Amino acid sequence: MAKANFVTPELHEFVEVPEVSEGTMAHLSPFVAYPEHNTDLNFPGELVEDWHGKTLSKLDDLRKRYRSLQVYLDSCVKCGACTDKCHYFLGTKDPKNMPVGRQDLLRKVYRRYFTLAGRFFPKLVGAKDLTRETLDEWYSYYHQCSQCRRCSVFCPYGIDTAEISMAAREILDSIGYGQKYCNEIIAKVGKIGNNLGLPGPALADTLEGLEEDVEDDTGVAVKYPLDVKGADILLVTPSADFFAEPHVDGLIGYGKVFHEAGVSWTLSSYASEAANFGMFIGSYENMRRVSLRIRKAALDLGVKRIVFGECGHAWRVAYAFLNTLAGPFDFLDPAYPVPQHIMEFTWDQIQKGKLKFDKTANDHMKLTFHDSCNVARATRMGDKPGGQIEIPRNVIKAVCNNFADMHHETIGERTFCCGGGGGLLTDDLMEIRVKGALPRMTALKNVMEEEGVTHLAAICAICKSQFTKVLPYYGMEMDQVVSVHQLVSNAIILTGQETDENDRDDEPDEVEI
Amino acid sequence: MSSFFAVLFVVAAVVLVFGLVRKIIQYAKTPAPLKIATTPAPVTQSGVVLRLFREVVFFESLFKSTKWTWIFGWIFHLGLFLVLLRHLRYFMDPVWLPVELIQPFGIYGGMAMVVGLAGLFARRLFVDRVRYISAPSDYLWLVLLILIGLSGLMMKFVAHTDVVMVKQFFIGLYSMHIGELPPDFPLIMHLLLVVVLMLLFPFSKLLHVPGIFFSPSRNQVDNPREKRHLAPWAKAMEEQQN
Ligand code: HEM
Ligand code: HEM
Repeated sequence: MAKANFVTPELHEFVEVPEVSEGTMAHLSPFVAYPEHNTDLNFPGELVEDWHGKTLSKLDDLRKRYRSLQVYLDSCVKCGACTDKCHYFLGTKDPKNMPVGRQDLLRKVYRRYFTLAGRFFPKLVGAKDLTRETLDEWYSYYHQCSQCRRCSVFCPYGIDTAEISMAAREILDSIGYGQKYCNEIIAKVGKIGNNLGLPGPALADTLEGLEEDVEDDTGVAVKYPLDVKGADILLVTPSADFFAEPHVDGLIGYGKVFHEAGVSWTLSSYASEAANFGMFIGSYENMRRVSLRIRKAALDLGVKRIVFGECGHAWRVAYAFLNTLAGPFDFLDPAYPVPQHIMEFTWDQIQKGKLKFDKTANDHMKLTFHDSCNVARATRMGDKPGGQIEIPRNVIKAVCNNFADMHHETIGERTFCCGGGGGLLTDDLMEIRVKGALPRMTALKNVMEEEGVTHLAAICAICKSQFTKVLPYYGMEMDQVVSVHQLVSNAIILTGQETDENDRDDEPDEVEI
Repeated sequence: MSSFFAVLFVVAAVVLVFGLVRKIIQYAKTPAPLKIATTPAPVTQSGVVLRLFREVVFFESLFKSTKWTWIFGWIFHLGLFLVLLRHLRYFMDPVWLPVELIQPFGIYGGMAMVVGLAGLFARRLFVDRVRYISAPSDYLWLVLLILIGLSGLMMKFVAHTDVVMVKQFFIGLYSMHIGELPPDFPLIMHLLLVVVLMLLFPFSKLLHVPGIFFSPSRNQVDNPREKRHLAPWAKAMEEQQN
């Protein structure tokens, strides 16, 4: 569609809440799925003839199956609390990118056909007829939502725009108006096992390469096993970890941690993907199909535990939905939560004193941490609420000497999305990705100037890819993004490692907890 | 005229109660297939009760969000709450002690309610983002409530009405006995507007009242790993596919 000709917003000290300016993003829509992308997921290939009736009956079906949808459509009082909370609104000024503005695109139709007030007095309550243009508008604006849930933190009723945009996307899919990026990827997982379409042999090659690299580097034979039956732990990680930068450095880190912990582990070529784009399109069925691959891999390999690598929405599906979609996991070791996050695993090892670090290995950097939205607002790590916010920071501080947080209103449960989540990480949506990154870029720039931060650590494949792409638009460097387990990898001292410590006189720092 | 009002109030009460009960049943029966609590969330049921308590009593999330809306909204609702408590005296005999005790504060409640509503109205009018999302009905709700408040305050401060007669009228309705209402203009206005409020309540955004208790992002316990959560339709789908 439109080539990327747009102006990158300027960075200021604060993100000013803009005056609304209608229609600034109306031109942007992602590529529409080819028929086979849709039919692979059991959706009609192209827009069905009776789209009007089908749209309404799907909406009716969904509101009966999802309490969230029914309650959220009814409850909004238009108080305006959410209007300045969405990064896409802040970056584009388009009022349909305000959470309530986005919800209303669907709510107006709901009111028109499913409420008394809307049936009899549409103008009075702002109800609207469903037309062909409505569908295009949904397609455009529901693909400008990264489903990050920031609005839901601030809504007095917890109305979550993500739920609405998932429902809208499912309706669109059900009438044959799917998005290419998401649907093509979900089909790829079904056929090959991961989003990137990397077949088993390619994975094996990559992992062998990593083993050689690590051995060259450290002199220690750290294994990166694939499809090993009888291993204790199945590691499920986003496929970007197999080759993208800085993702792969994170994968190297997981392997080193497992090695030092002395556990046996394996990846699976069948379930070689932690990401689950079924969530983005709101499809329980597709999300379940992808999740069941993990169950099958765990059963086939006979593992005792499942651990997930660094990925935001994947951790949401894993933590909050996996037990529902693909459980019960009564065949795994009940001593451990199912599933666990690699961060929980590593932090546990650190607390037990099993890992030794040379924190100075990260001294050339000063870190800040980007809370991924799905991790911060839709999951937990550890036993206590908020562990998902503390544990990654604890791990970073255990392996780095220099750390500073960004402004408190932009982290933790209030974190700003990277701008590329929710099925938007595609070049055809570059404009919204860049503009939506404005609040995060502003907070980063500030902490760079005020605290001398040099690098941004993240625990999500999408965040990492997105930042790599958009940092240059804002005058920063793409390699300022690092994986948290990359930091772990830098600092960890493997047993028997040939250190270049010999010519240093200081002892490696022990971690103090 | 009194019989007219008697009928109106009976009808309005029936619509209000049945309308709300119907909605509550609908919300309660609709499954929430996935765990979607906005985290950090409580990990126990009592934690959830506390979270909802804070939302309902203090508007905790709104407080995080925008202080102005919070101030006006909270003043309005607190005032409304006191006013409604104070009004209970028209509907019970003998009057409950707590209702007796708050009578003097009820008046301030009435004023607070109107001030809060006026603030919310101004915000709706002057903040361009809120203006953009407002339908005519959003303004009308505020106008309706302001008029109810003003007509009520008028009876208190300008043109008194015979509150004993009002009380007898409403208590009489319980036993299908139609008494007399004082024929005062502010009272007639007050009651007519209240009837409108009652009739529209279950069909409008005032459904935020039951809605807040059924919002999955606020009322779910954060324990998906510990306890398997499965909706009936999802279970059926599973059984069919396996
Ligand atoms: C459990 C009880 C209730 C809770 C927790 C509650 C909560 C809220 C909250 C958080 C807001 C948004 C902020 C604001 O604009 O004030 C709101 C708005 C509103 N509430 Fe309530 N409410 C309750 C009961 C009621 C009742 C009984 C009424 C009416 C008779 C009512 C009428 C309204 C109206 C009209 C608005 C919109 C205000 C505006 O236009 O800005 N609420 N409520
Ligand atoms: C059937 C229902 C109602 C009846 C019979 C009724 C009757 C009255 C009466 C007789 C007064 C005058 C009190 C006095 O002079 O001391 C009054 C005042 C008032 N009413 Fe109502 N009212 C009703 C419902 C409501 C509702 C639903 C609201 C709010 C939404 C409301 C808000 C007020 C206010 C703010 C005042 C002035 C302050 C006060 O006296 O508490 N009324 N009402």
